Amino acid sequence: MVTPEDIKGWIEENLEGSRVEITGDGHHFEAEIICDGFEGKNRIQQHQMVYGALGDRMKAQIHALSMRTLTSKEKNAQ
Amino acid sequence: MDTNQRIKDKVEANRVMLFMKGNRDFPQCGFSGRAIQILQALGTEFETADVLTDDEIRQGVKDYSNWPTVPQLYIDGEFVGGSDIMMEMYQNGELKTKLDTKTGS
Repeated sequence: MVTPEDIKGWIEENLEGSRVEITGDGHHFEAEIICDGFEGKNRIQQHQMVYGALGDRMKAQIHALSMRTLTSKEKNAQ
Repeated sequence: MDTNQRIKDKVEANRVMLFMKGNRDFPQCGFSGRAIQILQALGTEFETADVLTDDEIRQGVKDYSNWPTVPQLYIDGEFVGGSDIMMEMYQNGELKTKLDTKTGS
């Protein structure tokens, strides 16, 4: 079974400079991804970057991932 | 007709088009159910396509917008996002603004 730590690791490894906070039960996951590479990208592009980092795992291993993407500036403004 | 063209026809024929699992009365996944709830809360007319009953569309719609998950929302022929983006845009009012503008309706 996929753990939240697995997903955190895959994203952080493949999306440079990203930081992931994630919770989940093996089936449904909720992630907050902070990455300055999101700057200047729209939300669709930001989510596509995360999906890109997860690659084929998105098709096979991960069934339900809910995500929120932020730059560190946006995160600090919260 | 190829799958890409079938998808293109759907998003062009329907101003608000949702690709989902199941239908509006019986969504077959939590994210699709949430997408339906958002559209209904906005009171907009919309069309749906059930990817579970059409394997070509199920795969094709992922390639169409380079987006690996369903649901997928299209407005005015343009890909808007999945359920997370829909929820964000619903909460901050962007989705309503988008639906209220263009085509003068």
